[in-house]
Amino acid sequence: MTAFIELRGVSKTFGQVTVVEGLNLEVRKGEFLSLLGPSGSGKTTILMMLAGFEGATSGDILLDGEKIDHLPPYRRGMGVVFQNYALFPHMSVAENVAFPLEMRGVPKSETRPRVKAALDRVQLGHLADRRPDQLSGGQQQRVALTRALVYEPKVILMDEPLGALDKKLREEMQLEIRELHRRLGLTIIFVTHDQSEALTMSDRIAIFDAGKIAQIGTAGEVYDHPHNRFVAEFIGETNLLDGVVKGPAAVELTNGATIVAPDHGYAAGSRVSVSIRPERLRLDGNGDNRLQATISDVVYQGDHLRLHLDAGALSLVARLERGAAERRTGESVTVSFAAADCSVFAA
Amino acid sequence: MNAVSARQRGRAALLIAPLVIFLGVFFLWPLWLMVDVSIRNDAIGGAFPRTAELIGSWDGEAMPDAEIQAALVEDLRETPQSTLGAAVRTLNSQVSGFRTLMGRTANAARDLEDGQTLDLVEVDDRWAEPRFWQAIQTSVAPYTDRNLLAALDLERSDTGEIERMAASASANRLIIWRTFAIAGSVTVLCALIGLPYAMLAASVTGWKRNALLLAVLLPLWTSLLVRTAAWFILLQNEGIINKTLIGLGWIDGPLPLIFNRLGVVIAMTHVLLPFMVLPIFSVVSAIPKNLMPAAASLGARPLRAFWRVLLPLSMPGLLAGSLLVFMVAIGYYITPALVGGPNDQMISSVIAFYALQTANWGMAGALGILLLAVTTVLYLVYGRLSRGGAPTGA
Repeated sequence: MTAFIELRGVSKTFGQVTVVEGLNLEVRKGEFLSLLGPSGSGKTTILMMLAGFEGATSGDILLDGEKIDHLPPYRRGMGVVFQNYALFPHMSVAENVAFPLEMRGVPKSETRPRVKAALDRVQLGHLADRRPDQLSGGQQQRVALTRALVYEPKVILMDEPLGALDKKLREEMQLEIRELHRRLGLTIIFVTHDQSEALTMSDRIAIFDAGKIAQIGTAGEVYDHPHNRFVAEFIGETNLLDGVVKGPAAVELTNGATIVAPDHGYAAGSRVSVSIRPERLRLDGNGDNRLQATISDVVYQGDHLRLHLDAGALSLVARLERGAAERRTGESVTVSFAAADCSVFAA
Repeated sequence: MNAVSARQRGRAALLIAPLVIFLGVFFLWPLWLMVDVSIRNDAIGGAFPRTAELIGSWDGEAMPDAEIQAALVEDLRETPQSTLGAAVRTLNSQVSGFRTLMGRTANAARDLEDGQTLDLVEVDDRWAEPRFWQAIQTSVAPYTDRNLLAALDLERSDTGEIERMAASASANRLIIWRTFAIAGSVTVLCALIGLPYAMLAASVTGWKRNALLLAVLLPLWTSLLVRTAAWFILLQNEGIINKTLIGLGWIDGPLPLIFNRLGVVIAMTHVLLPFMVLPIFSVVSAIPKNLMPAAASLGARPLRAFWRVLLPLSMPGLLAGSLLVFMVAIGYYITPALVGGPNDQMISSVIAFYALQTANWGMAGALGILLLAVTTVLYLVYGRLSRGGAPTGA
């Protein structure tokens, strides 16, 4: 993998507060990387350092193999899409989109067709003469995106660009941005705190916890094989089963049952947590591990059922597809799951 | 339901009654008095009530008929000397010669015995000239535009057309232009200092912002007289500024900073700066903070980003501030009086001159109306601009 954007040991402190700590990150050309994390985890600061609005306290930022730390924002050539779009309210839509071209000294005769083509591509050609405040949120978002794309920047940085949109529009825009990414081969770094957004759009997701990367990988990797408790809990829903390591692949849970887990490398006697996703729990008896449990609640969720289970000292949540056999509260069941679906990490 | 709303309305009216009374007594009534005094013309009409009643029918050509002549004589006999004197003075200022003419005729009229008629032409043959009668005819009208015209250095000719006064007669135009020139330069200076200052104040936060705003507001809370007096001390030949410059060896003799235009402009700029800074600050601080970073990320160098984004968005504040400063500046009186020279007096000092020294309330009122009219027009423009609203982010 050749890195297109590279952060080497980047730290950022504001006064006494360390926001980003010793960060190493590589982004491939044409990759869609999401920076996902709770607010205050440093993801926006990283974006601001990439765009040049903040300087790193230490470490290097490289673009295409060259250090860019010393370059002011207007020389970095990165398209930034801001949280609240940051459209210029005194300019029309067309003037907004023409702005980066104007700043680059593109002649007027060339600007006009490029702006028109760019707006037509996002179905906004008919609104070119409107002011931003006459547009809906989704339209403003498209204008902001078009403005950041029109001069064909090497990298697009997006800071929670969909945060202000309602759910339906947000999902539409997610697909639209993903489509643009594929079609134009853009390198996109996308900051969000919405995990489903990150899962939907990204090639890879970097999950941040307190200024450090907790895990980086594809959506499948971070969801199915979380490396630590933070990731397991942050992404999706999970059952965390505390236990003690008994052997290379065996963990004794707090309710006394011993389960088989993938080879985890922890020494016997270490306290660990085993994470298993609710939809990996089965009631049909197939799987390497079995636990006896009682159904304490059945919650109807439309497309699926959520079962709350008591297995001795452990409580579990299972997600069952509709159409499975009827289950009732109080019923005794055998919960089973595959060893490969478990992730083990230090408690 | 109706009774309730009527009672509520009544209570609301009662609540604003003090305000309405205050505005009426201390604002509208004096305003009306000023307008009235500038156009009222009862000095002559009051002295010649009988003549005033009859002379309207005169055709203005030959000498008026005996009835009008008799009325004039009757007026001269009956009107007290003091009232008559003021009226004659006013008439004399329009057509010279009235003083002797009226004096002689009044004496003759008083000596007249009951039942006799006075032949006016015999007393003074000037009564045969229609221009004296014309002057009386125009002067006895209850209202006149003479003062309003004079405020603009205009007058009515004998034939009633509006024409410019002789250059030596009045200097109102000169002073009006001077007023605009001083107010204009103060406005430009305030804009040059106030715009960057307001932007700086809007860009910082916490105690820095408070300190910057306090530095603007503190002078605003200080008496105008005190601030002007402070400049009076600072700008003197022996003042701190000149002493310091001489002490540093930068200049040999004191700079002429006071009793001239420079001193007036410096002091007024300082006094009026808050009126520029505060509107700009309120507009600039409402501009979304991410627009300048956005412009930078799109390739705009700082200066171009300022020119294309920040400045256009600050424009409503700058315009509002400029109008505000200009409006306040054209009415300035104390500052030019204290730190200006004789050639730096503005229209207010002319008003003060008419009101306090010559007791020509008509002229004072007319100039006041002129000032009021200019300010009102500017205020309407200001209202338009501020109703247009500060631009807000998307």
